[in-house]
Amino acid sequence: MFIIKHKKIFIGISATLVLISLISLFTFGLHVGIDFKGGALVEVVYNDTRPAQTDLKQPIEDLGFGSVLVQPTGDLGYIIKTKDLTDAEHKSLLEILAQGNPDALTELSFNSIGPSVGHELARKAILAIILVVLVIICFIAFAFRKVSRPVSSWKYGLIAITALMHDVIIPVGIFVALSRFYGAELDTLFVVAILTILGLSVSDTIVIFDRIRENLRSQSSAGKFNFSEIVGKSLEQSFVRSISTALTVILVLLALFFFGPSTTRYFALMMTTGMFFGTYSSIFLASPLLVLAEEWQNKE
Amino acid sequence: MLVFMRKNIILAIIILILGAGVAFFVYKTEPGLNKNFDNQSAFFKKFPFRLGLDLSGGSHLIYKADLSAVASGEVKDSMDALRDVIERRVNFFGVSEPVVQVQHSSAISGAGEQLIVDLPGVTDVKQAIEMIGQTPVLEFKTENPDAVDQIAKASVDASGVVSSADVKDLPSPFISSELTGRYLKRAVLEFDQNTREPKVGLQFDETGTKLFAQITKDNIGKQVAIYLDGAPISAPVVREEIPNGQAQISGNFTPAEAKLLVGRLNSGALPVPISLLSTQTIGATLGASAVHAGVKAAIIGFILVVLFLILWYRLPGLVASVALLIFIAIILALFKLMPVTLTAAGIAGFIISIGIAVDANVLIFARIKEELASGKNVSDAIHQGFSRAWLSIRDSNISSFITAIILFWFGTSLIKGFALTLGMGVIVSLFSAITVTRIFLYALGFTGEGKVIKFLFGSGISK
Repeated sequence: MFIIKHKKIFIGISATLVLISLISLFTFGLHVGIDFKGGALVEVVYNDTRPAQTDLKQPIEDLGFGSVLVQPTGDLGYIIKTKDLTDAEHKSLLEILAQGNPDALTELSFNSIGPSVGHELARKAILAIILVVLVIICFIAFAFRKVSRPVSSWKYGLIAITALMHDVIIPVGIFVALSRFYGAELDTLFVVAILTILGLSVSDTIVIFDRIRENLRSQSSAGKFNFSEIVGKSLEQSFVRSISTALTVILVLLALFFFGPSTTRYFALMMTTGMFFGTYSSIFLASPLLVLAEEWQNKE
Repeated sequence: MLVFMRKNIILAIIILILGAGVAFFVYKTEPGLNKNFDNQSAFFKKFPFRLGLDLSGGSHLIYKADLSAVASGEVKDSMDALRDVIERRVNFFGVSEPVVQVQHSSAISGAGEQLIVDLPGVTDVKQAIEMIGQTPVLEFKTENPDAVDQIAKASVDASGVVSSADVKDLPSPFISSELTGRYLKRAVLEFDQNTREPKVGLQFDETGTKLFAQITKDNIGKQVAIYLDGAPISAPVVREEIPNGQAQISGNFTPAEAKLLVGRLNSGALPVPISLLSTQTIGATLGASAVHAGVKAAIIGFILVVLFLILWYRLPGLVASVALLIFIAIILALFKLMPVTLTAAGIAGFIISIGIAVDANVLIFARIKEELASGKNVSDAIHQGFSRAWLSIRDSNISSFITAIILFWFGTSLIKGFALTLGMGVIVSLFSAITVTRIFLYALGFTGEGKVIKFLFGSGISK
């Protein structure tokens, strides 16, 4: 099988992508959204013409809200980001934006989150991630409890988890780029995307491992036994199906990305990359790693 | 074999009729799809989609309750009373379908007791906050014996001169009693018969009457202070025990002020003070465009999946597409009946579930193809395909379902919406992709081994 033969190349590609993602994550970091750190976000749209960004910036800064971000959006709109605002502060900000004519603009949305609410949500998000990872590890351990020869079941589990980390780290790397160039922020949906990728991509790896297990059973009873051949054969049998199941999800995600609401756009993109690399890893990473593990085992 | 087939044909017809019925229900209950929606029977009007605030527009407010004065055993009661009061207030202002809910503190959330108020359609956040109210917190306080002593001591130490700075350091002259606005039955506007001065008359409920009787009995000849929103408004001297639960506040009110206070007290004095933690307001136009985009994405996503299924899996793909239609009808009907509050994230969850719903079909069809390749006839291959694919289907759905449950358990309303639609999708898809598809394929009754049939059950670019 082609993939097994050139396994080191494919493992290398994955390792490189993961490395690039991690380096960019630690170099550039992520913008944390107001969901988690608290703050306010006001989106307004002007009816006819919008005032110049520079004309708004100074008066807003004079309000004394600390650091303020004024971003143009669409043709006539602005998004203003500040610390969390009280009712009165919100009112005075709108007065500045209206520039003496309250009818000139419409406030599309206002979102102010106190720092304590943000921290609470961050806590919850971290707990949810830990719990999902723990449950998935239990699930993998359960799924492979009966496999033992020639590669022991904990190695299957370890490889499945390695593939899973790969599936999550690469979308995070993509998100770092989105964050850097398009101002995407780490928000609740980012966490939802990561958790959903974890749930969806682990199943693909497990389905392929299932097939390997099934072939091992029928082959070992027949007497002949070449592990890398069996893995290759299992891959051949299942990679079309594996791509098909991912493809249906990727198709709807692309529809969501191109046509769906703007609020879920980055979410759809992250999920798409997650699904793509989730499938890539179960074919080009997890199975080659399995063969590699068996080869090392034989050397010892 | 013939009996088996006939049974499946009948089942298939029943499923088709039921599926069409469910789809008809979804169609008839949707105002946007029926021209004279207003003229049809009341039954169909009862089940619109329930849209979350981010889609319908509205305000989402989170309040923190200050429970420092409440005994830990009474926290739940106080929060429930607070919710009831806020609910009454909001309803009084005519907001349609407001949601007021208590979020209790727990080891998981970490934060204190919170009150979450959702006001659909209210996009003016100032109006919304005012609606919740400059909340009157009514308290009755009795003289603080320590304070009296200390004031006496302070006077001696300072040789008869008490400076104002010293007074500030002294303990409050009054201490809280158990009696608060929580035990108020109603308030009425009264006028003093002699001075014509407006007064606010209070009538306590049963518990309040007992508490008030006790307080007045214990404090004959002393002051009892009435605090509103933390400030003393009057501190009458008690002349005798008042057993009937009636009290009066006189505090230099103008008639208009007194009337306003009565209104606020009657709509419910808050049992505990609250402070606003966060606000979120979404304009109606932004929500409407998100709904439009979500529907468009769902339709295009569905068409792409159907095209893929039919082009790649041919006849089974077509059958799976019909099953997918039934899946969508059932899910949408469930959204209406439960009802599920749909958010942008919830729509995303639903759209993703369309893609996941056919996963089981893909696993089954891949198996059928393998069985055909190994030389079995079509009928046997279908049977084997379904039974052999089950383990993989189970494994691949368990992990997504577990993730959905955890997301739901921990989530804020946004995550919950996503987790709920995704989790429902996973469960319903097991029925549509396995049971429905199987019955349809059996009912079609392919037994032969002709070239046409082999082609119809083939897949991809193979012949």
